[in-house]
Amino acid sequence: MKAMIRGNESIAYAFKLARVKVIPAYPITPSTLVPEKISEFLANGEMDAEFVPVESEHSAISAAIGASAHGVRVGTATASQGLALMHEVLFIASGMRLPIVMGIGNRALSAPINIWCDHQDMMSQRDTGWMQFYAESNQEGLDLGIMAFKIAEDERILLPAMVGIDAFVLTHTVEPVDIPEQKDVDDFLGEFVPHYVTLDPEKPATLGSFGFPEYFMEFKYGQWIAMERAKKVIDEVFEEFHNKFGRKYSKVTPEFLEDADIVLVTMGSMTSTTREFVKKLRKEGKKVGLLKLTTFRPFPKEELRALLKDVPVVAVVERNISFGFGGAVYAELAATFANESKKPKIIDFIVGLGGRDITFKTLNEVVGIAEKALKEDVDEVNWIDVNKEAVLKAEGLL
Amino acid sequence: MVRFKVKNIITLTMYEVRFHGRGGQGAVTAANILAIAAVKQGFYAQSFPYFGVERRGAPVQAFTRIDDKKIDVRMNVYNPDAVVVLDPSLMDVIDVTEGLKEGGIIVINTAKKPEEFNLGNYKVATVEATKIALEHKLGSMAAPIVNTAILGAYAKAVGNVKIEYVLEAIRENAPAKKEENALAAKDAYEQTVLGW
Repeated sequence: MKAMIRGNESIAYAFKLARVKVIPAYPITPSTLVPEKISEFLANGEMDAEFVPVESEHSAISAAIGASAHGVRVGTATASQGLALMHEVLFIASGMRLPIVMGIGNRALSAPINIWCDHQDMMSQRDTGWMQFYAESNQEGLDLGIMAFKIAEDERILLPAMVGIDAFVLTHTVEPVDIPEQKDVDDFLGEFVPHYVTLDPEKPATLGSFGFPEYFMEFKYGQWIAMERAKKVIDEVFEEFHNKFGRKYSKVTPEFLEDADIVLVTMGSMTSTTREFVKKLRKEGKKVGLLKLTTFRPFPKEELRALLKDVPVVAVVERNISFGFGGAVYAELAATFANESKKPKIIDFIVGLGGRDITFKTLNEVVGIAEKALKEDVDEVNWIDVNKEAVLKAEGLL
Repeated sequence: MVRFKVKNIITLTMYEVRFHGRGGQGAVTAANILAIAAVKQGFYAQSFPYFGVERRGAPVQAFTRIDDKKIDVRMNVYNPDAVVVLDPSLMDVIDVTEGLKEGGIIVINTAKKPEEFNLGNYKVATVEATKIALEHKLGSMAAPIVNTAILGAYAKAVGNVKIEYVLEAIRENAPAKKEENALAAKDAYEQTVLGW
């Protein structure tokens, strides 16, 4: 069924089609519409699930852990400060190997207070042991939402997953989405039947208990192995989804890469505008390519090495910043090539923080610096579309 | 508020519409319904609100993009082809023609005639959407809901999305009073005055 829906509704539909049984949620801009839409499904009798209204995001994820430990499919949604408030509990979900799926309306973190899009919220949860997927469109939000359950619940993996949809640019934008048939999703996902010890009053057990130094590292090594194995499982699930629903996904998607002098690496909704821009550059005869990163955790090192090793300049265009180093994607990509003999020159571009629009002008500036990098050294980390003069004056440097 | 402004450096081929209204008048819903109607007609479309904080009565903007192929652009609309003004009082406080393309169309909810507006090179179409909305009991005298009526005027003035698809989209998506909303759009379609 083709429908005109918002990105938030994509996440709600993914939960409905996955027959999620428990949804604990606390509303926050811009993802509030997710629990709203789910409440509507429940009120209309279109969905059979337990909605748990809680008093904070910390409680939402805690309730999600309790429900998931009972052995049912669990989903929730949040953004920004809400995700940050969940932080300590996120480690517990992954450490307990609970396949919870969470939709994130990717939004900036305060201060100053800002409700608009960037990837700082999810990037700040990089080390919590959750898989991370970033959607380019509302269709991808829905599809990745469904696939995330299959990947997370795979017995080789058993790790929670986040699916990011960009604040407003996707969460509040209406566009055509192909909503799969319930029976097809049922076939694809199957029923969630955990083959491990769950919380059950009939068979009391302790979950998430003390881990002494004698055991702790083995648990962590297990999570490491699971995340490494997820790379292959993600490919398998993407392939199965493609065969069943006709839409192709991969951890990294190269476009116009053959003979490219410059490749722009993007994540999330900015990829669309970048694709349009790259097409225009190609028409002008400029050898510029695009590489979309859908999976950030696990980080697809192998694919990135294979695709980018012969590219002269790679421009990482990203909506996050780790102060004191640079963007997170840049850091990881640079580390990915650290021990390689053949490697591209990698340049970082910080764009679109707090909802600043990413336009053709933004990308034109990025490509301009990348072209310069083909011939000479340029700054490692470049801030684009920033009124630098005003900031330097305020900091007493001008 | 000082905004760091960026200008679009490339002309887009798709048709872009900007809606101006006040919080609560239904500008966002109008943009959505226009996108739905466009898709019904066989186009690809996208709609989104100005990514701001919503407050009742404050000026709001919403946008619709229409194309005959998949839309691969997710930046703001800077140079719309048409502008739809749900509340004429906004024209005293903001420049609704900002960025509007040369020869672009402006659809205004007003009792005035197009020739009473001095908007340079633009094509002006007017419609008494407030009067029509009240005739169909949409909203109250203090807060009439004019978004469906103005869509009828859009169909007449711009014409790229046909009135029958607009009516179908309204009937399916109006949150309440579906038939009254559709009739308001139909009346507005018939009563729109084109200034060209």
